[in-house]
Amino acid sequence: MSAPAPSMFTPAAKAMAEKLGLKMGRANLEEFAATLEELAKANSNIIAVTSDSRGSGKLAPFGKNLPKQLVEVGIAEQNLVGITAGLAACGKKSFGVSPGCFLTARSLEQIKNDICYSDVPAVLIGISSGTSYGALGTTHHSLHDLAVLRAINNLTIIVPADNFETRAAIRFAAKATKPVFVRFGKAPMFNLHKPETKFEAGKAIQLRDGNDVAFIATGETAVHALLAAGQLEERGLNCRVISMHSIKPLETEVILKAGRECKAIVTVEEHLVNGGLGEACASVLMQAGISVPFKIVGIPDEETVPGAQADIFRHYGISMEGLSETALKLLK
Amino acid sequence: MTDHDLQLKACALRRAMLRLIVNAGAGHTGGGLSCLDILNVLYNRVLNVSPQTFTSPMRDRYVQSKGHSVEALYAVLADRGFFPEADLKTICHYQSHYVGHPTRHIPGVEMNTGALGHGLPICIGMALAAKMDSAPYLVFTLLGDGELAEGSNWEAALAASHYKLDNLTAIIDHNTLQISGHTRDVMSNEPLDEKWRAFGWGVKIVNGHDYAALTEALSKPAEIGKPTCIIANTTKGKGVSFMENVAKWHHGVPSDAELKQALSELDLAEAKLKEVA
Repeated sequence: MSAPAPSMFTPAAKAMAEKLGLKMGRANLEEFAATLEELAKANSNIIAVTSDSRGSGKLAPFGKNLPKQLVEVGIAEQNLVGITAGLAACGKKSFGVSPGCFLTARSLEQIKNDICYSDVPAVLIGISSGTSYGALGTTHHSLHDLAVLRAINNLTIIVPADNFETRAAIRFAAKATKPVFVRFGKAPMFNLHKPETKFEAGKAIQLRDGNDVAFIATGETAVHALLAAGQLEERGLNCRVISMHSIKPLETEVILKAGRECKAIVTVEEHLVNGGLGEACASVLMQAGISVPFKIVGIPDEETVPGAQADIFRHYGISMEGLSETALKLLK
Repeated sequence: MTDHDLQLKACALRRAMLRLIVNAGAGHTGGGLSCLDILNVLYNRVLNVSPQTFTSPMRDRYVQSKGHSVEALYAVLADRGFFPEADLKTICHYQSHYVGHPTRHIPGVEMNTGALGHGLPICIGMALAAKMDSAPYLVFTLLGDGELAEGSNWEAALAASHYKLDNLTAIIDHNTLQISGHTRDVMSNEPLDEKWRAFGWGVKIVNGHDYAALTEALSKPAEIGKPTCIIANTTKGKGVSFMENVAKWHHGVPSDAELKQALSELDLAEAKLKEVA
């Protein structure tokens, strides 16, 4: 029998989530698959391309219900991206779906040339990204993807935080006339947004206002930042929390505003600290001449600690407790 | 257009190609000359595409996987009227879209290529799209024989036969040379025909400079229900005596004297063809 996966949230974090009124949703992976199938049922031009990944991508129902709209390429990620590009060049709205670790490393040249440089309206979906595969080890982690893809021209990069952002990102991608990359994990996510929230690619969403510390978080780390802000409020601090779902284009104004108005900034990402959200924010602030106490929380440049995703998050301080501590240190 | 007409045109295209390489100060001379006759047949006899129909969804698709032989492609596209021949004077120049590998900025170019091993997977996507839409268009790609060392080609070869893409043709410019020397010495890949057959393709072997043979091979699938691989046996540097089968002309740029001699040889070949007529 395998050991149960450790929870991403401590009892205290769960209590804070309840206090903040957060409700647990499903995995963003499941939200993606349901959204894509719903869109594909209404638009036969939507094609999912998988690399023996329909199960991992929760696309088995899609394949069963829409067999003519799913192309299986086998375990061949380079071919997956090339085929996705060719389909898009001939009028299909193609979604290449593969684990983020393989999709963005083995197929990087195909992403660069076949999709981005050729400028076809294809969508690439990095499933089970970041440290989602946890204890399977570094081969299965994608902690490089934002850095390498940021360095490629003509690609919108979206890292949704919760089910709402995932659904909105997939709907945006289905209509996009330019290349889009979306990555997310497979753990159930708290829903962070109010029903009236608007999603726009390239525009951050402020989850909470405050001027003591600004947490700028991307993807599935945003919930931990929100919980930390709740915990810090109990200590008399008002913290701003920004869900930076769009890594590219990056909304610079929200970063500059945080730099001007807040006493410190903590960026949070499920990615190596090199080349991801944190360094992007630092670049924006530095080039505007704004100096503020600043910390990038992510995975350091070392062999990632073995363990489940929850272990890895806690080890590197991507947790309510860890982020609260980081914020307090910055304010000293 | 008769075989003879195309042979005469090939002399002019080779001259144009050499001139534009010299003007650019860079280019892939040997491979361009080896595949030029294939492109001449494709664009003047086989492909259902023209400057007027290039945006039609029903046009045939051609993706040049061996993108480095762009000068041959540009010479043929200019001759077919996809863009003014004068544009070719800007190849590799500052702010010119005519860079040293195909880009979609240029009318007639379907996809941006140049890194090897990309054309065949892209063409599988295109051929699948045609099948999904029950569309009649055909998909062609041209690969170098040295390019076959890229593993992505073999991923694609599996997929093409798995999906029975008989609307897809891969042409291999089998000139047996690559930048470092003979392909058999760099990374042997023979027997090519047996490899492609083993991957489930119908295979034809032709003389890549024989217009009648190329036309016949490119006009129908090798086998029903299978993708077609045409192994076109060619001569690298074809048409210029001192460039033929010499690896250094892979991306050699002729000096003024070498250009003069090459053009003179092509003029002579053209004159002999006219005599035959």
